Amino acid sequence: MLTELSGGAIAAVAVLGVLAAAGGIAVFVVDSMARATFALLASFLAVAGMLLVLDLTYLAVITALMMTMEMAVMAVFMIMFMMNPAGLMPMTMVHNTRGSAAVGVGAFAVLVVGIWTVDWPTRDGEPPADPTRQLGEAIMGSHMLVMLVVGIGLFATILAGTVLATARGRYDRFGADLKASRPDDPVPGGLPR
Amino acid sequence: MSAELVLQIVLTVAAGLIGVGLFGALSQQSIVMVMMGLELVLGGVLVAGGAAWFFLAPELPDAQMLVVLALVVMAVEMAMGFAVTIAIYRTRQVDMVDMATDLRG
Repeated sequence: MLTELSGGAIAAVAVLGVLAAAGGIAVFVVDSMARATFALLASFLAVAGMLLVLDLTYLAVITALMMTMEMAVMAVFMIMFMMNPAGLMPMTMVHNTRGSAAVGVGAFAVLVVGIWTVDWPTRDGEPPADPTRQLGEAIMGSHMLVMLVVGIGLFATILAGTVLATARGRYDRFGADLKASRPDDPVPGGLPR
Repeated sequence: MSAELVLQIVLTVAAGLIGVGLFGALSQQSIVMVMMGLELVLGGVLVAGGAAWFFLAPELPDAQMLVVLALVVMAVEMAMGFAVTIAIYRTRQVDMVDMATDLRG
């Protein structure tokens, strides 16, 4: 059975795969948080490229756009929270390296053994002319329940993220029953209710 | 080159990303670096889902839905991770996991 991928596409997948893995390793090798962020971005752009070669244009573009924005946000957080964001001195902030490496290598080994020993089924059918249309019809049809659950999950994330990140909410200012006549602020003169 | 071989190569890349991500998530002390490790694991899921769709069952949208789900999980993990980082930093000035070991359990 021959794949539909041309020789060039196979070479592209291989190169992008090496790039993705190398970027992933670089994340935990480089000295600076900012460099680690951009190494992760490179890894994800390579992943997006692999999806592009596999005909999943829409998902590849979504991955690339989402990861670019996400890493931009992450870089800001790096500078906000972390020491040594610029990598001006060597940085090691690790614990239990040996055990972690054993778990990582062990997981990789188990997966690789499975991947190379399983008798993979042959391809069932051909890719549709427009994979994006296939996904859209699934989202709006047979797989709508997945999107409903995802929607509720994302909404819960918005609420939970806001609650967690809020420094002083109305319950801190007006008490648990919200009945205090004056807000309890560290500096008086804030906005009323 | 047979399709099965290409599938195995792509899945090996995915396994590599999962292994590296696991190592990072377990070994890093900085909370944001732990999140980077988890993102790498999910990146491996993206690659594996795309390969499963293309090489095994392109007529069914299920593998594409898996990729969408992995992308959503990534977004949720990022948002909640940063919210928790802000909350714990604000109350305790904690930015490393080792400084919050009393949360274990």
